[in-house]
Amino acid sequence: MKLLYFAWLRQRTGKGEEDLTPPASVATVVELVEWLKTLGPGYMRAFSEMKSVRVAVNQEYVPFTYKINSGDEVAFFPPVTGG
Amino acid sequence: MIKVQREDFDLGREIDALTRGRHGIGGVASFVGLVRDLAGDPSTGAQAVRSMTLEHYPGMTEKQLADIEAEAHRRWKLDASLIIHRYGRLDPGDRIVLVVCASPHRQAALEACAFLIDWLKTKAPFWKLEETPTGAEWVDAREADDAAAARWRRDQAAE
Repeated sequence: MKLLYFAWLRQRTGKGEEDLTPPASVATVVELVEWLKTLGPGYMRAFSEMKSVRVAVNQEYVPFTYKINSGDEVAFFPPVTGG
Repeated sequence: MIKVQREDFDLGREIDALTRGRHGIGGVASFVGLVRDLAGDPSTGAQAVRSMTLEHYPGMTEKQLADIEAEAHRRWKLDASLIIHRYGRLDPGDRIVLVVCASPHRQAALEACAFLIDWLKTKAPFWKLEETPTGAEWVDAREADDAAAARWRRDQAAE
């Protein structure tokens, strides 16, 4: 699974993107986040304020209950501030 | 048409290119967004912004912009439209974003232009990192921007 992080989520995780294989028990975005938080303090900090985190799967906005598959591109980022 | 680019743009040239030879167009509406130094507004209490860096999500940015442009064409009769959004390092006064809508009549062009900039601000994956005298800070999203975008949802529901 390709994971991408932007803005302060990138800074806190210390990486812009990575390929990871979550355990088979991880079926939804929220379960993915819980698993990522076990990978280290940077992830813990990145996902400590979930009301300020948005998620896109395959470049479309989705809710955190969305079901994910192994080939998905999952991106985490703060609310957008362009324009 | 969607362009996500580092380079600056020229409003006159972009409008010329978009409308040349299309004689059904009766009106062109445009919006240009600039990097604002919030310290210029005493009510914000903000620090001076020296410059900012716009980060984006390549791929998703183009996809989201194309989606909202297609939505504008479904809602209004437009002959042509253009969205340019810059990324990278920008200074106060620099142009960040351009929206152009061309239509046989002014109302569609003006409304579609307002719709596009409102929706772009809440959908397009860009993030502003401002450099201030005390360090770099990520800009927080504004509730007013969500409200501006929500206005168009209510309009749609009323139809």
